[in-house]
Amino acid sequence: MAMVDRPLTSYIQPGRQPLDIAGYERAGGYAAMRKAFGMSPERVVEEVKRAKVRGRGGAGFPAGRKWEGVQHGEDAPRHRYLIINADEMEPGSFKDRLLLEAAPHLMIEGIIIGAFAVQAETAYIFVRGEYVLAMERLSRAVAEAEARGYLGADILGSGFSLTIHVHGSGGRYICGEASALFSALEGKRAVPRTRPPRSTTSGLWGKPTVVNNVETLCCVPSIIERGADWFLGLSRSATEGGTKLYGVSGRVKRPGLWELPVGTPLNEIIEEHAGGMREGYEARAVLPGGASTAFIMRETFDVPMDFDSVGKIGSWLGTANILVLDQRRCPVGLLRNIEHFFAQESCGWCTPCRDGLPWVERILAALEAGEGAADDIELLAHHVDFLGPGRTFCDLAPGAMAPLRSGLKFFREEFERHVSEGRCPWHDTAEGWA
Amino acid sequence: MTTFEVDGKTLTAKPDENLLQACLGAGLDLPYFCWHPALDSVGACRQCAVKQYDGPDDQTGRMVMACMTPVPEGARFSIADPEVVAFRASVIEWLMVNHPHDCPVCEEGGECHLQDMTVMTGHTYRRYRFTKRTHRNQDLGPFIKHEMNRCIACYRCSRFYRDYAGGRDFDVFAAHDHVYFGRHADGALESEFSGNLIEICPTGVFTDKTFSAHYVRKWDMRGAPSICAHCGLGCNTIANARADRLRRIVNRYNGAVNTYFLCDRGRFGYGFVNQPDRLRAAMGRGDDGSLAAIDRDDAIARLAALLRAGGTVIGIGSPRASLESNHVLRQLVGDRNFYPGVSAGEARLLRLVADILGSGAVHVPSLREMETADTVLVLGSDLPNAAPRAALSIRQASRGAGIARAAAVKIPVWQDTGVRNHAGDTRSPVFIATPASTRLDDIAQRALRAAPDDIARLGFAVAARIDPAAPDVPDITEDLAAAAREIAEALLAAPNPLVVSGVESGEESIIRAAANIAAALRARGKTPALLLNVPECNSLGLALMTAGEASVETALARRASLVIVIENDLDRRAPAAAIEAGLAAARLVVLDHSDSPTTRRADLVLPAASFAEAEGTLVSAEGRAQRFYPPIIAEGGIAESWRWLVAAARAAGLDACEGLTTIEAIAAALAAAMPRFAGLPAVAPPADFRVVGSRIASETRRYSGRTAIDAGRSVHEPMPPVPADSPFSATMEGHHGTIPPALRPVFWAPGWNSVQSLNRFQAEIDGPLKGGDPGVRLLEARPDATLRYDATIPAAFSPRLDEWRAVLLPRVFNDDEQAGRAPAIRDRAAPPALVLNAADAASLGVAAGQPVSCAIGDAREDLAVEIDPALPRGVVGLAGLAQTAHAVPAWLRLRPAEPKVS
Repeated sequence: MAMVDRPLTSYIQPGRQPLDIAGYERAGGYAAMRKAFGMSPERVVEEVKRAKVRGRGGAGFPAGRKWEGVQHGEDAPRHRYLIINADEMEPGSFKDRLLLEAAPHLMIEGIIIGAFAVQAETAYIFVRGEYVLAMERLSRAVAEAEARGYLGADILGSGFSLTIHVHGSGGRYICGEASALFSALEGKRAVPRTRPPRSTTSGLWGKPTVVNNVETLCCVPSIIERGADWFLGLSRSATEGGTKLYGVSGRVKRPGLWELPVGTPLNEIIEEHAGGMREGYEARAVLPGGASTAFIMRETFDVPMDFDSVGKIGSWLGTANILVLDQRRCPVGLLRNIEHFFAQESCGWCTPCRDGLPWVERILAALEAGEGAADDIELLAHHVDFLGPGRTFCDLAPGAMAPLRSGLKFFREEFERHVSEGRCPWHDTAEGWA
Repeated sequence: MTTFEVDGKTLTAKPDENLLQACLGAGLDLPYFCWHPALDSVGACRQCAVKQYDGPDDQTGRMVMACMTPVPEGARFSIADPEVVAFRASVIEWLMVNHPHDCPVCEEGGECHLQDMTVMTGHTYRRYRFTKRTHRNQDLGPFIKHEMNRCIACYRCSRFYRDYAGGRDFDVFAAHDHVYFGRHADGALESEFSGNLIEICPTGVFTDKTFSAHYVRKWDMRGAPSICAHCGLGCNTIANARADRLRRIVNRYNGAVNTYFLCDRGRFGYGFVNQPDRLRAAMGRGDDGSLAAIDRDDAIARLAALLRAGGTVIGIGSPRASLESNHVLRQLVGDRNFYPGVSAGEARLLRLVADILGSGAVHVPSLREMETADTVLVLGSDLPNAAPRAALSIRQASRGAGIARAAAVKIPVWQDTGVRNHAGDTRSPVFIATPASTRLDDIAQRALRAAPDDIARLGFAVAARIDPAAPDVPDITEDLAAAAREIAEALLAAPNPLVVSGVESGEESIIRAAANIAAALRARGKTPALLLNVPECNSLGLALMTAGEASVETALARRASLVIVIENDLDRRAPAAAIEAGLAAARLVVLDHSDSPTTRRADLVLPAASFAEAEGTLVSAEGRAQRFYPPIIAEGGIAESWRWLVAAARAAGLDACEGLTTIEAIAAALAAAMPRFAGLPAVAPPADFRVVGSRIASETRRYSGRTAIDAGRSVHEPMPPVPADSPFSATMEGHHGTIPPALRPVFWAPGWNSVQSLNRFQAEIDGPLKGGDPGVRLLEARPDATLRYDATIPAAFSPRLDEWRAVLLPRVFNDDEQAGRAPAIRDRAAPPALVLNAADAASLGVAAGQPVSCAIGDAREDLAVEIDPALPRGVVGLAGLAQTAHAVPAWLRLRPAEPKVS
């Protein structure tokens, strides 16, 4: 694809240091920011709304509509915050890391435009604690932008002021939950908060707050520079604009990350970009967007990878970082690893998640160890139901149940064999653990 | 009111209620854990799940948590829907994953909310077959036992301790199913409200350590409605006893007073009742000059003989004795010979308080009402140490502005985390002016540190800035004037301003200044609330009973030939020299419950009942007269002071106490004698109160082991002594149903064995008790009453070269004479100390912890120095030295003492 077709990665040169501010500007950077300052904040919001960018953190909420939710006008409450959720902890996801490490100025330009659109005077980039390199590079880029007068008071005479803080997470999955992120930033226990109030009414420090994902904001400069129509034209999807970072992990020939048009079919990503499966491995199923999405089976590998299409076949696009399950890996074992992660990352606030997930994990471990009991599958189904949406305080447990729910449906036979054979069928076989 | 429907039943809710409150208020059984009427909703435990239907045609509905759900008009819900029934049972099953199977040996058993809710959901068989997680427990000090394995992580403890009560040394640690509620390290919980964890915890994580030392099951104790005897606020308690031992104090909900919470002094101070220094038999001085036990009749005969002997007979009453005992003593010795039994300084302060409050020109708030104040000024009082429960109310009041801010963006008042997060640091203005730092300073908009004279000047200046007609302070500094202006403006802007001061300030001028502020606000058309705190459980009652400024010192100056002292230790009230001189030619008769320097001086000692063996009426700082009842039926020699006195008067052939044979008769006599007490007969139902001929059962229906407890002596079951003049029976026989709130010995309802059963007794959730909150307010404001401005404004404080102005600094676990005898309280008492500004300590050449020598009154002491950087220069704080109150205010000379060689 030509450079203009890759708004997210065109500034990235693999294996090289990221562009400094001079290089970024030479390559056309910060032009969108200047253009945005010539527009009204409402126009910026309108353009992004028209571009049909959906939240790339995994929730898929239309970014423009989120921005619209902020109350504008003279008597609207101040101070306002824009928070960039860079706490990329979804298992199997590594797309934001690329952007943060390799295109920090694109991130900052996106933040400036986003903050201008919602008239926020302070932005926090909440970075996953392990992303040390990303924090270094972001901090350096923030300093460069400050030195140029792109951050601070009255940026370029626009009357708009913005301060960006880079904040390293203390390191728990729940910190990536937008409302728990506020608690974490405020120095409290990272426990989610109830909605209502919505964060655009009462977010960080009780002030109106917008939380956007890294990739979402990185889409914004090109939308402003080239317009929503151009952005829509990049996409292969009718309901969503732009390109997207798709990742693939598992036993494929070339695991990696690619910027592709939104709506590129799943099998095309696996076959053409990831190079297909390694010798001797067959793809049985994928988790399309991280550990908290439901399995997609082979029969529907032709699904276009956008929120609506993946949603229609009973899964969710999530982070669009695809985990491939092959025939030599025990699905129960995979689920056990996943549920171990979620049980450990439960914040401990609500009962079903705190005490239900460890139970689920132990049942799966027992099945794997050949110590499954007759009613274990029924117990798992019970948890899938009662840890579902609306039952728990936040979406962690429902997310944790998504792969298990679909796993119980698609791999029922494998589950039953664990119980009836009193062992994991993949253990000690030529097929397993290669 | 909004109308809504649950399982086809039409119910009503208040507009600011959530669905859980509305259901409980309607008497429905809906289980819950994380919600608490004082802590509101956070949606953590997921136990109160119900179905909500969208409109009349919705058959499916969706699961919602009742505590997090508003009740719009016409809304339709189901508690009985099979899915939510199964979900609620599943929540219990999850909680039981790690909960131990230790109910039979758990001290919470039988009054455990978790047990009740488990039964309510129907969960019986636990399918979890793996190991349970275990925790290491902490030593949390002498009050609280910690058993973390029982924890169900409802978060109520940390929400109470930190959010509600402002404690800092207790929190939630770790995450997922390892969440841990405790301190960062072992150690006594610092908050003076830590005991409430016992009742806040829905299961047995936090239990009463003092109770544990002589544990019996809830149903094996006699309960009596009681009133806390350890400060002047009159919190309502239930006193539980078995076999003549007071086992524990628990909170007794009074919607207007203490609601759900007691302070630790009130909860754990009861230990004095069981101490070996209790006086259980009368003692007379023998020929050899020593005190020896004598029998009851002999004791009465001796007192009668002394009364008949003639000469000047005076009576010294007590601010910790009931109105009735004080009144009978006054009747016995005559009005002119009755002295209220407080120090000279305190007598002046109490006179002032009684006159101001008695003027009818100020509104005295209840503790609950204080929570609704919009602006608070605390003048001169260290409330967390002197009157903790009032400090807790002010802490809630400070939330008002934040709640309003949240309401403006439509966050419901019951949505606790939403409100707190949105409120942030937004607080209603609270101003605190004290000599030393207080544990309420964290919520203060301004915490000013000044010498007492300057605190008074601040108060006068505030009044003058509210109403220019009030006398202004001469030579006022700019700082003081600015502070006064800020406070005056905030008080004027508040719909419900509150001013708090009290006897603990030690300064009449401070109390006068507080009264001026109240008068000034009234002059500006406001109805200010004024709380003037008093130190002891009947200080105000006694002050209202008496006139003038009589004190122990004026009593001693009478050089009487017979001095009768009830329930008082004179050595806490006057200098030893004055006591010795005053008693030199007198015979001394002391009626008290415990051994004291005064009983040791006596010629005749009569064992008086403590609150746990007595019935009587106390008047709180609110002016609320309240009745307490005995959980222990006094046997042997112990009797209420008034009974001793009445018996002796009769034996002496005096008719002064004629007819004063029951509490009702005495209360009626007092009411007839003093219009101020006209309301007394309505304080509680009379002794002959019966329900269909039955007394109220004072033991539970399940009371067990009556014969077993004495089986070592006899297997027969003797009929316990039946109190002659009581509405209570001595056994489980009697009435168990609807009971007037003033007589309620236990809160229990079918299915609700824990303190959460309260929801069955409140007229509305978190509201007054059904039948009305107990107590009669004796001091209501009258619109026609006025209070004149006082103009005796002290000069600005100026430090002296080689003397320090002494102020008494209250210490919650040191200051109360009775609680101070309880081992657990003694354990938590701070070592007495001299508190100095760092610069003053440096000028003396002493550092923190080093001894300084000084003479307080006629006692010379070496005391360790404590540094409070906020204390003004030239002032020395006497901390933990309440027994020297009679010698303060004073100027003290300090000099470094030689460290003791051990």
